[in-house]
Amino acid sequence: MILRIALLLACLAAPVWAGDLMPTIPAATGDPHPEGNDYMRRNHMEMMKHDRDLTLRQGDRDIGASLGQCFDCNAVEVAGEPVGYDNEQHFCRTCHDYAAVKVDCFMCHTSKPATDIHRTMATADEPNSIAAYLTRVEGAEQ
Amino acid sequence: MTNRAELTRRDILKSGAAVASLTLALGVTLMAFGGAADAKGADAGKRWGLLIDAGKCDADCSDCVTACSTENGWGHGDHGSPETDPAWIRKVTLKEQSTGRTVSAPIMCQHCEAPPCVDVCPTGASMQRPDGIVLVDKHICIGCRYCMMACPFKARSFVHEPVTDQKVNAPRGNGTVESCTLCVHRVDKGRIPACVEACEQAGHSAILFGDLNDPDSPISKALEQYPSIALRDDLGLNPAVRYQNM
Repeated sequence: MILRIALLLACLAAPVWAGDLMPTIPAATGDPHPEGNDYMRRNHMEMMKHDRDLTLRQGDRDIGASLGQCFDCNAVEVAGEPVGYDNEQHFCRTCHDYAAVKVDCFMCHTSKPATDIHRTMATADEPNSIAAYLTRVEGAEQ
Repeated sequence: MTNRAELTRRDILKSGAAVASLTLALGVTLMAFGGAADAKGADAGKRWGLLIDAGKCDADCSDCVTACSTENGWGHGDHGSPETDPAWIRKVTLKEQSTGRTVSAPIMCQHCEAPPCVDVCPTGASMQRPDGIVLVDKHICIGCRYCMMACPFKARSFVHEPVTDQKVNAPRGNGTVESCTLCVHRVDKGRIPACVEACEQAGHSAILFGDLNDPDSPISKALEQYPSIALRDDLGLNPAVRYQNM
């Protein structure tokens, strides 16, 4: 609560301080959040926590909020390469360093955008799909 | 999909109340708040398993181990100490003393139906999905390693040092326990595990992947037709990984 009041005061005072004391939020690509930035600032952690449990425990990967989707639009690149959480320009850190909130997501998760992830279901013509595999196995038996 | 912002705690409570009243009125049990359950995610009707034919497994080949390491990002920052370095899958060679016959086979998490690692976990981090895949929820793993002591297959590893540059699909971090996930991220997207793919590409096809609950699946037919064993069958854990020609 105290933190929220402090943040609120900081936000109210922002125009006077003209940005020097406020975090410089890196520009994102893609469409704005339909929920609005105010909602995202307060609730992004709850959204991700809800969906992480669904994904891990129920295997539901068609989810609404994930770290990977954050990276899609918000990842910061320096010299053409996305920066990791060890770099203070990482988009998570711009706010979290300012608010002195430590996140431990990146002790386990990668902090860079996905390069090798399959977000869509495999189709039967992909050699490593279960369907194509079973067809091969059954063909070999006969 | 509904706007994510609309899902507040009040909405969840309200939808929970809706379930309760529906249950009373119709005598049916809905599986999720507000009846929004659908068929997404792990299918409780399936049980994924592996059948490993030691007769086809080449003692000199470790492509399954390499593929797992590449897919899941373990084994790259190790210090060459096999006692502590993570190993989600390892090749084991057995020798029959009297005849000298040797066989080689990969051993990984056996995805038991009655997993001892889940039994002993004090936080609920060690868990079993509806489709039988046994996982560690690293969000709540405290690194106590009871599961490692409970596992009769030495299938789990503890991460002793900070990890960087993890794979997107395989989060892993210092102070947590980890093991074979049966490439759950691939299976959920309709793909076969990395070790199965690598073994097939190496020309051995010693690892057969499939649904143990489907009597018509190749793995179920093979188990029905040919002799196979479960490792430490005496423990009655009913593992989903079975071995032939051991």
